[in-house]
Amino acid sequence: MKKTPDKLGHFGIYGGRYISETLMPAVMELEEAYNRWKKDPDFKKELAYYLSEYVGRPTPLYHAERLTKKAGGADIFLKREDLCHTGAHKINNTIGQILLAKRMGKKRVIAETGAGQHGVAAATVAAMFGLECEVYMGEDDIKRQLPNVFRMKLLGAKVTPVTSGSRTLKDAMNEALRDWVTNVYNTFYIIGTVAGPHPYPMLVRDFQSIIGVEARKQIKGLTGRLPDLLVACVGGGSNAMGLFHAFLDDKKVRMTGVEAGGDGIRTGRHAASINGGTVGVLHGNKTYLLHDKYGQIIDTHSISAGLDYPGVGPEHAYLHDTGRVEYTTITDKEALEGFQALTLSEGIIPALESSHAVAHALKAARDMKKGSSIIVCLSGRGDKDLNTVSKAFNFEI
Amino acid sequence: MTKEKRIEALFKRLKTEKKKALITFVTAGDPDLPTSKKIIQGLEKSGADLIELGIPFSDPMADGPTIQAASERALKKDVHLTDVLGLVKEIRKKSEVPIVLFGYYNPIFTYGLKKFAKDVRAAGADGVLVVDLPAEECDELKSELDRNAIDFIFLLTPTSDDSRIQLVASKASGFIYFVSVTGVTGARKSLSTDIPKLVKRVRRFTKLPIGVGFGISTPAQAKEVAKSADGAVVGSAIINIIAENKGTSGRLLARMGSFVAALKRGVEGA
Ligand SMILES: Cc1ncc(COP(=O)(O)O)c(C=O)c1O
Repeated sequence: MKKTPDKLGHFGIYGGRYISETLMPAVMELEEAYNRWKKDPDFKKELAYYLSEYVGRPTPLYHAERLTKKAGGADIFLKREDLCHTGAHKINNTIGQILLAKRMGKKRVIAETGAGQHGVAAATVAAMFGLECEVYMGEDDIKRQLPNVFRMKLLGAKVTPVTSGSRTLKDAMNEALRDWVTNVYNTFYIIGTVAGPHPYPMLVRDFQSIIGVEARKQIKGLTGRLPDLLVACVGGGSNAMGLFHAFLDDKKVRMTGVEAGGDGIRTGRHAASINGGTVGVLHGNKTYLLHDKYGQIIDTHSISAGLDYPGVGPEHAYLHDTGRVEYTTITDKEALEGFQALTLSEGIIPALESSHAVAHALKAARDMKKGSSIIVCLSGRGDKDLNTVSKAFNFEI
Repeated sequence: MTKEKRIEALFKRLKTEKKKALITFVTAGDPDLPTSKKIIQGLEKSGADLIELGIPFSDPMADGPTIQAASERALKKDVHLTDVLGLVKEIRKKSEVPIVLFGYYNPIFTYGLKKFAKDVRAAGADGVLVVDLPAEECDELKSELDRNAIDFIFLLTPTSDDSRIQLVASKASGFIYFVSVTGVTGARKSLSTDIPKLVKRVRRFTKLPIGVGFGISTPAQAKEVAKSADGAVVGSAIINIIAENKGTSGRLLARMGSFVAALKRGVEGA
């Protein structure tokens, strides 16, 4: 069951490499480098070192007792990726990729970012290793995630606003791809989620899979058995793949990916590619997409910048089709309720992305037996979202 | 019926005449469909040997600002693949100029590959180039295009090594589009001095004609490129004229016409 993609990066009919010829040699070079270094003892040692001493892993698996009581059903456990250095799971991946970039002799890294968490994680590791870093970010996202823009600049990265298209994550990715095509010889493109041309969906999943590997051990230690349900939000899907991957062979463990329902699927104003989209090709892979009948990509909407993307990682498309993972949606309004519930009951302020997972877990827990358990991937902390949230709650900071 | 394919016939004729091709790119429907038709007819009249027609796409990842804006203008007028095919049909009523559709994969994939290939043929276009569909992923579309005798044009770039050139050459027909720079489309002040060497390398693996493009913006550059290649492709520089004069189609056509004629003289002087 635990499928790695085929040689050309296909998960079933999804994935692959849909990019211009200029970049083909670059992704092949990356694939070769990754296949070589991932088995190298020194690489593995260095990665493990930074994950533990710099990122702060393992992150706790926290039994949220008051949240559990509030839901009244299954025990809810939070995988605390919000406690990673820089405040989200994104750094698990950027550490891995920067170690590859260094070994490949690249002097410059670029990244796209939506919420700014991946941008911050990329800028952070670039600062640590002394590489030049440029981050592309949609103009609209810059407005709603200003604290992260400052952080990136403080970290020495150049933040380039993207003014084309919908001025959000997809446009930032277009611009990053344009940069890569232009500077392909000296630049390493750090993609922030399990999407893009092969090998990115596989490579990012592998770097993020530490989340599930740890959680699997931790839950067994805490409850003596495997969990009944895993819940994670899905933008591109990296924190979700990270949590799910180690459990794919555990047939009894159910998994739910939570997409951004925005104003509700029926309104058309959402970012739920699997629940509201059809198969298409964008940014290097075949997957579920939000596009119109002419194949033009549509503007998406979510209160959370990190989920505001018209596609989804190809492995999720595949896991949806096989039925191994269920994909559902949570609206903006429900996400805010999830945000508030966790903040007030546990004193943990979650990212709006992660709030989608929390909101769904609360619903799901109610319908589950006492003594059963849910692991929620708390992918990030909410500091970056305080502006958005205070506006939504009409709350003066 | 074994009529010779238009692209093949073009390069054969040019070869016997010891001439090089002027290949022009514009986005279909920019600034609107009626003007676009006049632009294409104007291109042919002023000396373009082959027309590349861009299919508008919302996310043109391989294009610089000029062609991005052209795509946006066309989309504002609701020009999609169906309309592009309609435009080709219109042009074909009065012209035998070879036409290559140039686009991104998602609109084509969404249209349906089988229907796409059939309709391309019915419209009278001669070739298809899909920027984000590399040789590794192209077989499904290729078999449909083959069935309809449509040429499949591929890009090769300075980053393509020998084995990739071989792979791409094994899938390509019509001509090879060699991208002269690592980068997106867009007019550039200077061209790489490596072009003759790079073109020569590609020739080791294919007998297909080679057009060179990306960045060519002056008659002198077109001439320079045409010395080693079989044709020069000019896009953004023409689209800049369209963008600057899009309000007045008379002036647009006049300025574009004299620019294209100058490009043609450049290519012919090579
Ligand atoms: C905290 C957090 N969670 C989740 C996401 C969504 O990304 P993914 O689906 O790849 O985990 C983001 C993206 O910015 C994020 O910042």
